[in-house]
Amino acid sequence: MQVKIRLFARLRDICGSGEIIRNLPTEAIVEDVWKLLTDEHPVLASYTSSISSAINTEYVKQDAVVHDGDEVAFLPPVSGGNS
Amino acid sequence: MITNKPLELKHVIDTVTSTECNTETKTTSIGAITSFLGVVRGSHAGKRVLHLEYEAYVPLALETFKRIDMEINEKWPEIRLAIHHRTGRLEVGEASIVIVTTSEHRDNSFTACHYAIERVKQIAPIWKCEFFEDGNTWIEGATVDPEDVEAKVIAYQRACK
Repeated sequence: MQVKIRLFARLRDICGSGEIIRNLPTEAIVEDVWKLLTDEHPVLASYTSSISSAINTEYVKQDAVVHDGDEVAFLPPVSGGNS
Repeated sequence: MITNKPLELKHVIDTVTSTECNTETKTTSIGAITSFLGVVRGSHAGKRVLHLEYEAYVPLALETFKRIDMEINEKWPEIRLAIHHRTGRLEVGEASIVIVTTSEHRDNSFTACHYAIERVKQIAPIWKCEFFEDGNTWIEGATVDPEDVEAKVIAYQRACK
């Protein structure tokens, strides 16, 4: 199956694109998509514990199942900000 | 709303006070309008900031704004809220975000406005890149987790202090 991967901010800079199409085995989960990316770009591994994920613009956990045609987004930490 | 055009406070106020998007009761009962503008600071940790760039995952950021509106409605049902965030390149002094709340009385309007900016900073998928004379840096702080109860409590405590 084919999924569209969306990347933002520094993740986009590292991967060189904010939109990547990749093929994955059926019943892949979000974690598998991330693994595929970290294999391609090992420097991404430092984000494994701090990213959030979304499927089709809804926040999901790493074990969420991905379907053909889904848009899977990986979100690096946001600024948070001092008050 | 998310836009790459300059933000205008009056326009944001109009969106929450116009009769078109309110019931007549809510419009006529407004006794306080609170606004917050976040603007681009010209320095970071002692370094001169030349300009900023904001990037958003727009559809999810808009969903996040709706979520914040719902959270506020649970706590303060009479509040009307508008959040407008800018993306793209911003110069020092320009507004990156405008938040407006309205209420019958000022106390809840101030508190809800403060709560809204705390939550935007915690959970909106919007990133800031600072450009310096010697390079640029994405600002990364908190992992985005809208369900994190502890973060909600912190936002509420900051808003109420």
